[in-house]
Amino acid sequence: MVTTNRMEVKNLNFYYGQNLALKDINMGIESNKVTAVIGPSGCGKSTFIRILNRMNDIIIGSRVEGAILLDGQDIYAPEVDVVEIRRKIGMVFQKSNPFPKSIFDNIAYGLRINGINNKGEIIDRVETSLKNSALWEEVQDRLDANASELSGGQQQRLCIARALAIEPEVILFDEPCSALDPISTAKIEELINELKEKYTIAIVTHNMQQAARISDYTGFFLLGELIEFDKTEKIFTNPAKKQTEDYITGRFG
Amino acid sequence: MYVNPRLEQRVVQSILWLFTAITVFILFYIIFFILKNGLPVLNYQFLTTNPTDMGKSGGIYSTIIGTIALTIGAILIATPLGVGTAIYLTEYTLESKITRVIRFGSECLAGIPSIIFGLFGFILFVTKLKFGWSILSGSLTLAFMILPTIIRTSEEALKSVPYNLREVSFSLGGTKWQTVTKVVLPSALPGIVTGVILSVGRSISETAAVIFTAGSALRIPTSIFSSSRTMAVHFYILAREGISMPNAYGTAAVLIIAILIINITAYRLMHKFMKKYS
Ligand SMILES: Nc1ncnc2c1ncn2[C@@H]1O[C@H](COP(=O)(O)OP(=O)(O)OP(=O)(O)O)[C@@H](O)[C@H]1O
Ligand SMILES: [Mg+2]
Repeated sequence: MVTTNRMEVKNLNFYYGQNLALKDINMGIESNKVTAVIGPSGCGKSTFIRILNRMNDIIIGSRVEGAILLDGQDIYAPEVDVVEIRRKIGMVFQKSNPFPKSIFDNIAYGLRINGINNKGEIIDRVETSLKNSALWEEVQDRLDANASELSGGQQQRLCIARALAIEPEVILFDEPCSALDPISTAKIEELINELKEKYTIAIVTHNMQQAARISDYTGFFLLGELIEFDKTEKIFTNPAKKQTEDYITGRFG
Repeated sequence: MYVNPRLEQRVVQSILWLFTAITVFILFYIIFFILKNGLPVLNYQFLTTNPTDMGKSGGIYSTIIGTIALTIGAILIATPLGVGTAIYLTEYTLESKITRVIRFGSECLAGIPSIIFGLFGFILFVTKLKFGWSILSGSLTLAFMILPTIIRTSEEALKSVPYNLREVSFSLGGTKWQTVTKVVLPSALPGIVTGVILSVGRSISETAAVIFTAGSALRIPTSIFSSSRTMAVHFYILAREGISMPNAYGTAAVLIIAILIINITAYRLMHKFMKKYS
């Protein structure tokens, strides 16, 4: 089988100080597909997804063993520039967290810090990313308004637009809908479905229906271990492991 | 002994109310007393002419200029130092022994009586470094005195910026410096400015540290090496040497009004800042 894995996780161990939070994880994240990560609270989902763009570097005492490959290149290799990695692998966080700036500047920020200073180009790219995040219609007349004036769902789509603007290759989502109402959630799910045409996506979710609806592959984590990783369809209809079955049928505990 | 809880509640409430009332009364009485004695001599002439005859007659123009010059000097020196230290402590290091030592040092600095600062400034700047009694010596001394306030308020302001904003900036490929200058500092700015304004208030009203280092010349200063007298020092000399009580009160009134305006501005800013991040 020819693999089209954009990212590859090989024998990953992750420590918070002495505490082994992830044990021997192996999985691939396929190009232009949605890979979901599910599991009970505290099993290491956020830890895992944050390793994929080196967000955990900031945490003192944390340690990564094994390899995380992006297009065959280990992103933790010493010669790799972490800023470059994060530019290629964007992230949308659980809590929508726009900057206390205008809608326009929220998106322009990422462009400016990445050296894009041409006004026309910034304007174009702000518009494109707002369209790609399905927010344009709602905010086109008030790009100068403060982002805090948007609703929770709109703020989260703004955060997606902000991540899209710098044209990453992979986008990581850490429970992007957990604070949203069903309608906003549906919008974001639809959006993720559209985004996978252009991007490679990994998403952490607490919501199993959501994983079933939007993902192509699903990994089930339990206590820092990847119990099962397979096609989403397989995981939800015919899981290989008892723990997976218990979890998806709600018999977990 | 049984005390009816409701009665107890009312008694305690009344006592606390009384304490508050006393505090507020004293504050207002001081302001009233100064203004009552000072306002009669206050007029345009008083503010815009130089003191003559040691301050017995004439206005306080040169002391206003002296106060402004010293304060601006102190703020220009202390702000970059203080804000820089705060940025280093909150953004570039982790809580450790060293940061605790730095913080403890700056707290101690805050507790040193201003007259000690004055003596220190006199020995170091006036005599050792040969800056003489001058705006420069005074500004440097004041700067060290207000440094802890600026560090403290800047640190609080920086810490109140939610951590996840920094994370977002990093996740967009931002460097630490870009994150600090473009995300953290703009959000923390009102808090930092509040600290600076409060320090302006302290500089304006400082006497002991200034009289030792900037001297008490009544001329309008012409350079940073000129000696100069501030309003607070002027008041002190007029009152202590019995030169002119009306003019002393007039000076005090100007000082009090300036401090009130400054504190109200700082309070407003702080309020706005709190509202934004809570
Ligand atoms: N910064 C940290 N320092 C030390 N331990 C941490 C840190 N962050 C998380 N942990 C620990 O690592 C484990 C996994 O946490 P993680 O946040 O990845 O779980 P999660 O699966 O995302 O949970 P949730 O669904 O509640 O978000 C937990 O036991 C947690 O206590
Ligand atoms: Mg999590």
